[in-house]
Amino acid sequence: MSKLDETFSRIRSVERTGLVTYVTAGDPDLGRTGSILRTLDGAGADVLEVGVPFSDPLADGPVIQRASERARAGGTTLGATLKMVGDTRGALRAPVVIFSYANPILAMGSQTFAARARDAGVDGVLALDLPIEEAGDFRATMLDAGLDTIFLLSPTTSDARIKRAAELGRGFLYGISRLGVTGARTQLADGAEPMAARIRAQTQMPLALGFGVSTAEHVTAIGRWADAAVVGSAIVSVIEKSAGDATLESALAAYVQELTSGHEAP
Amino acid sequence: MTESSVISAPVFGQRDPDERGYFGAYGGRYVPETLVAPVEALEAAYREARSDPAFGRDLQHLLTSYVGRPTPLAAAGRLSAAVGGAQILLKREDLAHTGAHKINNALGQALLAVRMGKRRIVAETGAGQHGVATATACALLGLDCDVYMGADDMARQALNVVRMQLLGASVRRVEGGSRTLKDAINEAMRDWVTNVTDTYYLLGSVLGPHPYPLMVREFQSVIGREARAQCIEATGGVPDVVVACVGGGSNALGIFDGFLDDAAVRLVGVEAGGEAIAPGRHAARFAGGTMGVLQGTRSYVLQDAHGNIERTHSVSAGLDYAAVGPEHAWMRDLGRAEYTWVSDGQALHAFQELCRREGIMPALESAHAVAHAMTLAGTLGASARILVNLSGRGDKDVDSVAARLDHSSTADGGA
Repeated sequence: MSKLDETFSRIRSVERTGLVTYVTAGDPDLGRTGSILRTLDGAGADVLEVGVPFSDPLADGPVIQRASERARAGGTTLGATLKMVGDTRGALRAPVVIFSYANPILAMGSQTFAARARDAGVDGVLALDLPIEEAGDFRATMLDAGLDTIFLLSPTTSDARIKRAAELGRGFLYGISRLGVTGARTQLADGAEPMAARIRAQTQMPLALGFGVSTAEHVTAIGRWADAAVVGSAIVSVIEKSAGDATLESALAAYVQELTSGHEAP
Repeated sequence: MTESSVISAPVFGQRDPDERGYFGAYGGRYVPETLVAPVEALEAAYREARSDPAFGRDLQHLLTSYVGRPTPLAAAGRLSAAVGGAQILLKREDLAHTGAHKINNALGQALLAVRMGKRRIVAETGAGQHGVATATACALLGLDCDVYMGADDMARQALNVVRMQLLGASVRRVEGGSRTLKDAINEAMRDWVTNVTDTYYLLGSVLGPHPYPLMVREFQSVIGREARAQCIEATGGVPDVVVACVGGGSNALGIFDGFLDDAAVRLVGVEAGGEAIAPGRHAARFAGGTMGVLQGTRSYVLQDAHGNIERTHSVSAGLDYAAVGPEHAWMRDLGRAEYTWVSDGQALHAFQELCRREGIMPALESAHAVAHAMTLAGTLGASARILVNLSGRGDKDVDSVAARLDHSSTADGGA
């Protein structure tokens, strides 16, 4: 049983809604990312997604694009990200998922990446432009290294592909609740609930729903349909606003506590 | 000699990639999950359309009555005499409606969009020629059109920005990244992923996820089909060499397609050598690139050791892009096509030579092909024939050429 499996079975056993947080590595700098991850972990995040900055983040909205640019300006690479995770991992309770576009991983080499990620204590990998059709070799390499490969599902994903992603994926499935790029919204997409139901009809694998999630109400609503909510751009916005302040960590802790305040299932 | 041997229609279904959209090791479908179903639907619609004779007839009708095809093929007599050596022939895609080969693909895909029931088109553009062609096709067919264009490209191709607006398109300025073609594609894909239910993404080159590289090459194959027949009519045989510039590479694949089965015909793609083959100063993917994944496809890419895409530079906006079409990478591996580059300076020189010697003002993109043909001609005998795809006309480049010539004449004067 992987650490992600254990995490989701614990969430299910206490009937609460899990929280998956996303931050871009190196925003505002890599040392601070270590501190941010410890903060999110301590404040109650269940899974820590660590984004790898990339020159061409075509699935991301403006907030994460800017974070990626800040991180790249500071020289953050995939290799440096893995080193930071390795340095920080011992202090973290929650599993760590590397969230990357395919090209940095392919440039490092999947084998090298898998070995370095495993050594750094990474638990899972999500390559967002490697759909299941392109991920065959990649998934096998990750599996050999003991890393969970997480696949995305979207409102456009067919039932047959949902089934396939559940067979091939490990850890959890990441449901994109709306058409579009990453970014916080005031309201959850109308399609989120029917999409979760469609996924549930195909698989009982743990499901996290994201894209546009920013409030405790959103998290509570998602808890009715899925195992966990993913909050990304909203957290990155907090980092963007407070990057220069010593109060960043306390602001993040307060935000995570607010998001998880409605944790108990209704 | 009759016109009937020149057929102005694309060649469909002759050279498909494998079922996953790979040409050898290149191509594929590296897209975020939300776009998987739309590209699958696009592929199904395209396969259905190209097997329907009515679709081919509608397109052929537009290519002849609207685009003005076939475009002429003629010898560049004074240029050839000045250079010495082989005879240079020009396939005049610059004379196609809107002034470049881009219209061949834009009309084909716009007809497909209508067939799929999509009423809104998004597109990217670098030099602006694809944007103008798309805006034109949308005006003709009554479709809404948004064109993404990098802020730097909007400045250096200002004429085409106005043309697109006059044609009823909205030009959306892209300020992110390097503010050129690559960033315009990122924004167009973000738009598509958000509005995928009613929007058709009309990609302008042999790039992106399968089926775009196949589809765009097939829509451009009309160039090679015409050129081969015209060359035989005009000269009694196929040329010795076919030369075309390669940004994404659609005009090159379009003309190469007509000669692939003529094993003796050398096919040469010309990339943008920019200022120097050094990171950030050129766009010659086969000179400085490595295998990578960018914007949906696996091919040669200019990237750093960490997998981030390098900045590129070319005097020509249409060649200023970090990846090359996957089928080009495959043809290079197979040894069926060869690739070289010419510098900004060589392209500017060829631009002026073609103006003065032939009265033809080429696009700076096409000037790269002319420049290489001029070099090559001197190495071949007088009986050899080099066919150049003159992919577009240069009105759009007048301001940037004038600025560079002013600069260099000032520099010369001071020397």
